[in-house]
Amino acid sequence: MTKNTKISTSKVPQVGKSQIELLEKLCNAVAVSGDEQEVRQIVLEEVKSVADEVKVDALGNVLVTRFGRGEKRPRVMLAAHMDEIGFMLVKDNEGGLFEFVTIGGIDERQLVAKSVLVGREHLPGVIGAKPIHLTKKEERKNTLKIDQMRIDMGLDIGSKVKVGDRASFATRFELIGPSIRAKALDDRLGIVNLIELVKHAPGNIDLLAAFTVQEEVGLRGARVAAYAFDPDMAFALDSTPARDLPVWESDDDNVNYNTRLDQGPAIYLMDSATIADRRLVDLLVKAAEAEGIPYQFRQPNRGGTDAGAIHKSRAGIPSISVSVPQRYIHTAAGLVRHDDWAHTLQLMHAALSRITLDTLKR
Amino acid sequence: MKSLIKRLVEIPGPSGFEEQIRASVQREIKDHADEIKVDALGNLIARKGKKKDGGLRIMLSAHIDEIGLMVTHVDDNGFARFIGIGGINPLTCYGGRVLFMNGTRGVIGVEKLESAKAPKLAQLFIDVGASNPDDCPVGVGDVCGFERPFLELGDRLVAKSMDDRIAAVIAIEAMRAITDTPHELYFVFSVQEEVGIRGAITVAYGVDPDLGLAIDVTRSGDTPKCTKMETALGKGPAVKVRDSSFIADPRVVNWMVETAKQAGIPYQLEVLEAGGTDGRAIQLTRAGVPTGCLSIPCRYIHSPSEMVDKHDVQNSVKLLIALLSQPVKLG
Repeated sequence: MTKNTKISTSKVPQVGKSQIELLEKLCNAVAVSGDEQEVRQIVLEEVKSVADEVKVDALGNVLVTRFGRGEKRPRVMLAAHMDEIGFMLVKDNEGGLFEFVTIGGIDERQLVAKSVLVGREHLPGVIGAKPIHLTKKEERKNTLKIDQMRIDMGLDIGSKVKVGDRASFATRFELIGPSIRAKALDDRLGIVNLIELVKHAPGNIDLLAAFTVQEEVGLRGARVAAYAFDPDMAFALDSTPARDLPVWESDDDNVNYNTRLDQGPAIYLMDSATIADRRLVDLLVKAAEAEGIPYQFRQPNRGGTDAGAIHKSRAGIPSISVSVPQRYIHTAAGLVRHDDWAHTLQLMHAALSRITLDTLKR
Repeated sequence: MKSLIKRLVEIPGPSGFEEQIRASVQREIKDHADEIKVDALGNLIARKGKKKDGGLRIMLSAHIDEIGLMVTHVDDNGFARFIGIGGINPLTCYGGRVLFMNGTRGVIGVEKLESAKAPKLAQLFIDVGASNPDDCPVGVGDVCGFERPFLELGDRLVAKSMDDRIAAVIAIEAMRAITDTPHELYFVFSVQEEVGIRGAITVAYGVDPDLGLAIDVTRSGDTPKCTKMETALGKGPAVKVRDSSFIADPRVVNWMVETAKQAGIPYQLEVLEAGGTDGRAIQLTRAGVPTGCLSIPCRYIHSPSEMVDKHDVQNSVKLLIALLSQPVKLG
């Protein structure tokens, strides 16, 4: 039944040159919710040599299984979402101008003057802004609504771009000293970590990896993935805001930082969608402390991850989320620390390696 | 029954942190169930009876969680900021006392307010008597419930957690009293109702019943200048017709009404404009389940002083026993 002889399974995964290159490829790919094809292809290519089972389900989730060794192994689901926030063209105004809407949670105020990539061919466009020369002082105090904006393709694009096509921010991946700046770090960091965990699956569990679709529009892919896997427990790997700038807001003490960069992986306690299972909180904390891996608790707060859909599946699945802290999440360019990413991967591997049948004992 | 109420309503058990109340309920029912189990999310499921001819698998659901608070930050002076677990009204918080799951007690204070308007939750904090983060016995993620003793005011009973411990009491009393039933009864004490009916979603899937009945409190329309509503304290258990998340199966409503009439138990019909119960989750599980809801009218819901009427509670037990002791014909 098992064929875990292809690569060593106990080796701790590391973040090195090849992982950074993979993350770059993942971030620069475009996979706005509902059209995750590009990321799915990368995932399938990466996991095919190590997976015991690979399936693309009806909604487009990639479901990968790696069996462990021995009797009575816990079935552990890990979920990371392949989709990202973005745009969809909704009306052709001719001359290369398109009306568009957002997909997933995007603050409209941040859209003017951003470069975008449109369609599967990544054709360049820009969300045009009225230049300062032509605006009055009063006008510049107002923010623009999305229906006042257009994506300008720069030429009469003919049939190459059409209504219904998706678009993403055009930001390219950059290493900046200890940091990484890119679009779609939410959740390509989760994807790269999940790929590494599949490659380095600990033998004490059956690792059920769900590379999910449509998270940003309501945790839709994870719902059906959890139903299919029917695991004993689940971890969502995601990214969460860090709101840790020195003067983020003018007057108040910053008591709502959510997470902070450089403090390590963010372990969830509660968000709008899930109350984290405390047995899994304990598992993660003990693993971090035993291995000397830094960690932080994400402040109990709003928001939600794939865990919100997974834990309510079938007769209930104890679930938790672990995120890489990220500044400027859900904007054109997020910023994370390399070390927070590496520590998240290490923590997950350490925690998974410690799972036993007693982990969920009450 | 009064001592059972007192035993159950004073235990803290915010959503997701039901271990203490679950253990207490389990102690109360252990001699009256044929089988007891706790599912993956912590729902307590007690089976009584085996399906006989003319019997059904019936799931009764009373949620054992209550609203509460979770610490988000402890500041340099040892004050704990928090967010609500479930629907917390800031109006009911200031000056309140809380009991943490680890036994720590605290009081709720408020920042300087710009006006006499109700504060926002973000302006409130818990003072546990600490003066810096190091001597503060609670940290990020620690959870507390409101602390108030059980109170009797004539026929009226008051507690911080009548929603929904009074339903747990009713279910336990019915379970103890039922000796002969054609049905396979699943008394479910569900978790995480206050954060989105989450426990009931999974337990309904697991139990896979033929018929569902939620037991929960509902609002009453009998206090000064309140939102208009038909239900009132003391007029009997309420048979839910609909709320904003759920339309009770009309056949189940009819069954409940006819049973009440035949048994001479007072009842009232309930239409709740906003709100939901475990009934929604049971109704929508798998291929769908005929489901209703037995409601107990309650004043001041989601405050530390939720009030129900003693006779409504007693009549709810009687109605539940009458409903579950006979074969059910929905039609």
